[in-house]
Amino acid sequence: MLEESSISMLSNSSNSTAAASDHSATKADPLMRVTNLSKRFRRSEERAVDDVSFSLAPGEILALLGPSGCGKTTTLRMLAGFEQPDAGKIELHEKDITHWAPQKRNIGIVFQDYALFPHMSLVGNVAFAMRHIPRSQRERKALEWLDLVGLKPLAYRLPDELSGGQQQRVALVRTLAAEPELVLLDEPFSNLDAALRESTRKEMRELFKRTGTSVILVTHDQGEAMTMADTIGVMRDGRLLQIGAPQAVYREPADAFVAEFLGHTNLLEGQASGMSAETPIGTVNLTSPARGPVTLSLRPEDLALVRCECEDSAEVIDREFRGHDYFYVLQRGDHRYCAIIPNHDPLEVGSRVRLHTHKQASVLPKRDRKPN
Amino acid sequence: MAHRRTPLHILIPSLVVALCMLLPLVYLFLRAVQADSATVVELVFRARNIELLVNTLSLTAGVLVLTTFMALPLAWIVTRTRIRFRRLITVLGVVPLAVPGYVMAYALLGLGGHYGILTRTFGWEVPQIQGYWGATIALSLYTFPYLFLNLRAALLSLDGNLEESARSLGYSENQIFTRVILVQLMPSLMAGWLVIGLYVLGDFGAVALMRYEAFSYAIFTQYAGAFDRIYAAWLSLMLLAIALLFVMSESLVLKRRRLASVGRGQARQPHPRSLGRLRPLAWAHLTLVFTTSIGLPVLILGYWLLMSPPDLRFFLEVPATFARSAAAAIPAGILAAGFALPVAYYAVRYPSRFSTVVERSAYVGYSIPPLTLALALVFFALHTAPALYQTLTLLILGWTLATLALALGPIRSTLMQTRPNLEEAAHSLGHGPITTFTQVVFPRLRRSLFASFALVFLFCMKELPITFLLAPTGYTTLAVTVFTRTSEGMMAEAAPFAAAIVLFSGISVGLVLNREGDR
Repeated sequence: MLEESSISMLSNSSNSTAAASDHSATKADPLMRVTNLSKRFRRSEERAVDDVSFSLAPGEILALLGPSGCGKTTTLRMLAGFEQPDAGKIELHEKDITHWAPQKRNIGIVFQDYALFPHMSLVGNVAFAMRHIPRSQRERKALEWLDLVGLKPLAYRLPDELSGGQQQRVALVRTLAAEPELVLLDEPFSNLDAALRESTRKEMRELFKRTGTSVILVTHDQGEAMTMADTIGVMRDGRLLQIGAPQAVYREPADAFVAEFLGHTNLLEGQASGMSAETPIGTVNLTSPARGPVTLSLRPEDLALVRCECEDSAEVIDREFRGHDYFYVLQRGDHRYCAIIPNHDPLEVGSRVRLHTHKQASVLPKRDRKPN
Repeated sequence: MAHRRTPLHILIPSLVVALCMLLPLVYLFLRAVQADSATVVELVFRARNIELLVNTLSLTAGVLVLTTFMALPLAWIVTRTRIRFRRLITVLGVVPLAVPGYVMAYALLGLGGHYGILTRTFGWEVPQIQGYWGATIALSLYTFPYLFLNLRAALLSLDGNLEESARSLGYSENQIFTRVILVQLMPSLMAGWLVIGLYVLGDFGAVALMRYEAFSYAIFTQYAGAFDRIYAAWLSLMLLAIALLFVMSESLVLKRRRLASVGRGQARQPHPRSLGRLRPLAWAHLTLVFTTSIGLPVLILGYWLLMSPPDLRFFLEVPATFARSAAAAIPAGILAAGFALPVAYYAVRYPSRFSTVVERSAYVGYSIPPLTLALALVFFALHTAPALYQTLTLLILGWTLATLALALGPIRSTLMQTRPNLEEAAHSLGHGPITTFTQVVFPRLRRSLFASFALVFLFCMKELPITFLLAPTGYTTLAVTVFTRTSEGMMAEAAPFAAAIVLFSGISVGLVLNREGDR
């Protein structure tokens, strides 16, 4: 459905999709560069956004991931120009836009609740975005946009006559119709029901990739971030803890919080010596060399269970059948572990197993131990 | 939003409003302290002030007691019982708002006495209702719907589970009413009392017609008759102080109570119950309340219009008088709505301590006694722009200040319901403040702006005290005509004008009911 595009945006920069291999702040020719962005709402409070820096290549999809209140939405609103940062710089095409009014930035945003103008028809909503196009052509162009997401038949309806998924598609094409340099998405899937979420995610990513649209989206759902984005930035308490490709962030989390936020994990205390470490479940290979006491992160799917009545075995204390796999919770001594085993001859709750792994565990940087 | 700078096109009109509200009061104060200290001491400690204070407070107390006895059972009947015609009774409970205090006084005065209709039709010579009781009854009949609306809303939102758990703990219905329901109703009862109390303090028409020596009446006679403006200024300040005391005591009393629902349970509407033995009592109450508050004015106006109408030329005066009222009320409505827009926008979209102060200041004009406001404007005009004195402009300005709070209501609530997202979306699509306002904000506000205009317009059409002091000589409006003719005993000649006012106020009551119904 994208082929019939007389819409300039679509043909615009579609060959720049092979971006996002390099995630450091020193990208060769970034679309956007954010440096040391900080924001505090009240003088007495902690910073809502604390020294955040990253850059975005043209055509890249970046997901800012974090629990609610981590500052991701505030960051997004500063990029859009709705909030003023206390410190830091936002550059678009190497121009400093930190203090520009929102309407000057050419950055589009799709709000969590879509913010469709309730008194305008769908065509009216989309045409409202086309300030750069002569008035006489706006309606025709708007209809083309609506056709792109299959809503042309409803073009003259009012937004409240639409389902949530349809409203979202209108909000998206309205944003795209303004031909922005960059599209921001605020929790784009949170108002859709689960069944719709997955397909919408996929359609959206395809649309963005085909049109070469650069996107920053904000979400608290790690699955959403990993399927949608080329790059994931994990935020907590206003700080950007780690930024990188989804695989890298998942395999080698920067700390225990990132490890646990991106899915279940086992945190093992161990004694490292080079590329391996001694842990309560035996010798484990490491992704990077280390020495001395370390904390390791080992994903549950990397753990293997072998039936064993031996003395250092663990007990299965919970089992969850999830269709394609089993999710086990195991207890040994004071420690709990979790393991994901693809469909197999299931272990009963109460049976005893030995834990081991052939995979490499990632070493988490030493946490600042709190004095207590 | 809170941390963006407020655009000047919002900030400047808001500041103008705040200034307009406060400046006249400053002048009133200046005028009052202008006198030498000996005079001031003499004025402030006059024995007559004590008398006025006692009179004013006992009038307020009387009205509060009477309205509570009228409104509380009425609210209970329409919310808690399975009485028939509940909707109709609810509407009837609001209709008396269409009969302003001075028209109520007109109806009461026309009832008894040598020339009253009881004497004229039946030959029963009953004493004329006037003085303290006349003022108390007239004001109660007009104002009890405010309390009724407050109590009804509160009863509807009360958690029925509370009553039922009290019942299951073995309390009697009477105990439940006094110890559970009444306690929970306190905030809305106080809110209703505050509205009525402030109204009674400020009322001039009913008090003057009943010849009851309350503060506002004294201010008027002092200003109009004796031309002792310094004393009038001091009396206005005292009245203002009482009004302030009312407002503060309400918040003081409420602050010490904790009535919020505890726990996360779901509030539930109690089932309306059958009246049983109370049925005759309930109907007797309804009959008494509605015959006096609606029946009486309708009867009196009907008598003077149909049974014993005045000369035709009095009817023919109505259109011109109406036009005079409207000629000032329309610009006041436009101005009030026009100023309410930036103030509401400032308070809702740029919340800060300062914007709250600006918004609150808009309520100053509405809550201070109208005679105080009018007098303050007189001093303000005489001092800064004498050319304004005795002009229509000053009247329009006075009405605008008095009604800005009314105009804020509908605009404010629509703005609160409109998410700032919409404006942000427009900005992110490249639209500046002007097209965002004309194409996104304004279309959503069109109806509320009209509602604001209509509320103000209809208020002004029946407004009396400010008109009396600020209107140019000879500029008689509907309200002024009713007042002067009634005070001269020309009941028949006042009737067509009073009827026009009741008709118009009826529309504004309809508007209020409509807004209530939307909630």
